[in-house]
Formats: sequence, structure tokens, C-alpha cells
Amino acid sequence: MAVEPQAVLLHTLRDLGYTDVKNGCEIGECGACAVLLDGEAVNSCMVLAMQADGADIVTNSGLGTMDKPHVIQESFADAGAIQCGFCTPGMVISTKALLDRNPDPSEAEIRDALSGNLCRCTGYGQIVDAVKLAASRLAGASSQREDARSNSKRGRELDSSNRVLESGDQTKVGGES
Amino acid sequence: MTVPAFNYLKPDSLAEALDMLATEPGAYPIAGGTNLMVDVRAGKLSPETMIDVGDLDELRGIVVKDSQMTIGGAVTIAELLRHEIIRQRVPVLFAAGKTFANTLIRNRATVGGNLVNAAPCSDTAPALLVLDAEVSLSSSSGTRWIPLTEFLVGAFQTQRRADELLMEVRFPIPPASSRGGFEKMGLRKISCMAKVDVAVMADFDERGACKDARIALGAVAPIPLRAEKAEASLVGTAFIARAPEKPVRCGEQVQDKTIEEAARLAGEAASPRSGSEYKRQVVYGLTRRILTAMATGIRDGEAS
Ligand SMILES: Cc1cc2nc3c(=O)[nH]c(=O)nc-3n(C[C@H](O)[C@H](O)[C@H](O)COP(=O)(O)OP(=O)(O)OC[C@H]3O[C@@H](n4cnc5c(N)ncnc54)[C@H](O)[C@@H]3O)c2cc1C
Ligand code: FES
Ligand code: FES
Repeated sequence: MAVEPQAVLLHTLRDLGYTDVKNGCEIGECGACAVLLDGEAVNSCMVLAMQADGADIVTNSGLGTMDKPHVIQESFADAGAIQCGFCTPGMVISTKALLDRNPDPSEAEIRDALSGNLCRCTGYGQIVDAVKLAASRLAGASSQREDARSNSKRGRELDSSNRVLESGDQTKVGGES
Repeated sequence: MTVPAFNYLKPDSLAEALDMLATEPGAYPIAGGTNLMVDVRAGKLSPETMIDVGDLDELRGIVVKDSQMTIGGAVTIAELLRHEIIRQRVPVLFAAGKTFANTLIRNRATVGGNLVNAAPCSDTAPALLVLDAEVSLSSSSGTRWIPLTEFLVGAFQTQRRADELLMEVRFPIPPASSRGGFEKMGLRKISCMAKVDVAVMADFDERGACKDARIALGAVAPIPLRAEKAEASLVGTAFIARAPEKPVRCGEQVQDKTIEEAARLAGEAASPRSGSEYKRQVVYGLTRRILTAMATGIRDGEAS
């Protein structure tokens, strides 16, 4: 698609129909316009469309739909982290960027990862809960996948780690997982 | 909000970028755009042309060689924070990055953009100043290195000529015997511009006596100030060797007279330029907090 040199990524995406990318402040303060640009969460209001030429862009609606929501989106709904919903697409994007890099974040790490996303409604508590919920659901899903895979191939390894567990050193094994 | 029209050029090589800068009148390099996009929208700037330098390889690396660190002008704050050697060996710069804006901005904002923009409240400038950093500027007619202290000449003013790119920032990696810290005070805990920044680096001999101290204050004057009297008051003392056992809480008296005195002198250094009793007190408090953390290894508010 052709864009004008001064076109801002935020506007270009919205013109293309990605209205899940919200226009909040246009000065980099609120994070409602956040998208993943080659895997990094950025404010699309600070990026020229031309600067994103050839890059991979993922918006909130690219992660999941109403019929098939992404685990993160589902967790936001389940944790009551959505009130007016204006900040949610950006929050979801920042959460995705965080969990891709750090699947088991501490509360401080979650708050730092969401530091560029403002919410006027929730007071952030439920949003932090939603990120924790998403992290645990994603961890559960990936360990289920692991289990299925290791049933045949890695059965032995699993056995030996189970033995460590049985020998009573639970915190260590838990701490490493 | 409409954005006024300008041309956009994306050079494929450094040579091409420098050529464009030399020949395009009214051209601005753009990296993360986190200053430019705000200024253009506000009507403060009306560039004819934006030259995208954010992807140039020559500006993208962090190189460690012969105990010197060289950071490319288009390296982002997020990349600084992910660099293991910066995290472990350059605590003053790591801490400055941690206080910088917020996660979304850090993924775009570059070191070069921050220094060229030269806001009085720049967070990288005081940290790089106590590291004795130099910057390199290149144009199609050559490259020059200048100390950061000379590069910054006033609020939003630098030595850079319009045809030059800020290529790299370099500084000696602090020795293992050194310690440092950085504190920022803004309107909020995070995602705000500095009202006051304090950056400290100091080196110690084997008995714990301070050999060399550097303290820079940000946002109290058009460019970061060095608190020279405070620095001098630390040299020769062993304030880290006789550290208090526990961190000092807000409002508590520090037992260590050296720390108290250095913090007081730093506060005095801030006041004539900022003209504000408030900033003097904040500089005093932040300096005291950093020096105490350097001595105890524990930051105020971290330990319970
Ligand atoms: C919400 C928000 C919060 C912010 N918080 C902070 C903060 O906490 N601390 C802080 O210090 N700053 C903060 N900033 C300011 C800004 O993010 C930084 O100054 C940033 O480092 C600028 O880098 P950039 O790559 O985005 O610069 P750009 O906007 O791309 O460019 C800035 C200036 O530098 C020039 N330039 C860029 N790269 C080069 C180069 N390599 N050579 C020559 N000239 C160049 C441009 O022409 C322009 O004049 C904040 C900004 C926003 C919007
Ligand atoms: S609209 Fe981009 S940060 Fe607010
Ligand atoms: S839910 Fe309304 S702004 Fe966050």
C-alpha cells in the first residue's frame, strides 16, 4: 500500500481498518496505540508508516478474535481487567511482549512492562492480576504440551526430575521451573 | 491530529545518509521519533525532510573492547537495559535507563536522539557525564570525537552541525573497584521527565578509600552540572568502608558525616542555577540515598 511520507503508523493502521489500535493522546503518553513492531511493543503514534515498511506488525486483533480469543485477552476478561476497554488493546500488546520474553514475571516486572499504558478506569490491580493469570495459563498450556511430547521421547528425563521432587527438594525444582 | 507534510528518505548506507544530510536543506535525522514526532505535531519544528537513520548498522552496536564501551547512536534505551555488561558493570547507566520514560518509549528512544535533543532533563546525559563519555560526530568530510561536556552547550543546544550524525558514545568501563548509582525525581514514579537527576560514580582503593568521585546533577540547569565541591569532599574518605548496617530511611539522619556533607554540598551546587530551594533539597536527598546505597549495597526502600 502507498502512504504519504508524513503518515503516522497509528493513522495508517486505523485507516486500514485496524481500529483496535486506539488513538488516545498522540504524544507517546498513554500506550493505547501500542502494537508489536518486529516483536517489540511500541507506540504506533510515534512511528512513521514508512519507518515500518517491511516490518512485522501485530495488533491486538491479530492475536485473537471474539470467537477465538488469545489466552491473554481471555485472562483480561476473566480477571475483570476491562472496564471501558479503551486501554485494553494496548495493555494486551504490552503483556504479549512481556510474556514472550519473560514467561514468569514478578509483580514489579509486570508493572514495569505496563508502565507505558495508562488506564483511567481500573486502578491497575485487576490488570496486574490478568497478566499473572495469563502467565499461569500459558505456563499450564506449555507444560501440557511438554507432557504430551515427553510421554514417548523424554519419559526418562521426566522420571528423574520426579525423583528429585520425591526426595523432598521441592522448592528447588519448583523454583527452577 | 494532522502532521504537516515532509519528505521521508531512507538511506541504505552511512555514506548515503551523510550525503543526504549534506545536500538536503532543512533535513532532520529521525531515529525513534519520540522527540521529533511530538515537536512536529506541536508545530515546534517543520522539517522539509526526515532522513531515517535508525537502521544504519554503524549506529546500531554496543561494542566492548580494551575495557572501553562504545554505544551506537541509534541503540535504544531498551537495548541498553538488556546488555549484560551494562547491567553488571555500568550501574549508573543501567539505573538511568530504568528510570527513562516507560517500556513502550524505551523500545524506540535512542541514546543519540536523547543527546542530540539535549533537553535539560535528559536522563542519559548525567549518567554518561560521570562516565567521562565522549561522542563522535561524522559528516561527509570526516569524523570528530568530543567530550560530552563540550558537546552539550545549552538547553536543546549542542556542538553538532546540521550535516553531522551522532555516530557513537564511548567511555571507559568502570573498574571492578568502583561503585555508582543514579536517582531520578519526577512527578510520578515512572513515565515522567526528571525534575532532578543525580548520577554518581566513584572509585576506591583496596582499603576502601575513595580515589576519585564524579557527581552530575540533571535538570537543575540548562545542561547537567558537576557538583565539584561535593566530589572533592568524598576523595580520600572511606565512607564505604564504615557503612551503616542498614539502609537509611527517608527522613532519618545518616550517621556517616562524609555522606551527609557531600550530599549537602551537592544540594548547594544545584541551587544557584535552578533557583529553587525545592531542587536543592531533592538533590541533597537523592545524593544521600545514592551514596548510602553505594556504601550498603542496599537501596532505600528496597530492604524491609
Ligand atoms: C512519553 C515520553 C516520555 C519521555 N520520557 C523521557 C525520559 O524519561 N527521559 C528522557 O531523557 N527523555 C524522555 N523522553 C524524550 C525522548 O524519548 C528521548 O529524548 C529519546 O531518547 C529521543 O530519541 P529518539 O531516537 O526518539 O529521537 P528522535 O525523536 O528520532 O530525534 C531527536 C532529535 O535528535 C536528532 N537525532 C536523532 N538521532 C540522531 C543521530 N544519530 N545523529 C544526529 N541527530 C540525531 C533528531 O534530528 C532530533 O533533532 C520522553 C518522550 C516521550 C514522548
Ligand atoms: S496515542 Fe500513542 S501513546 Fe497515546
Ligand atoms: S478500562 Fe477504561 S481506560 Fe482502562
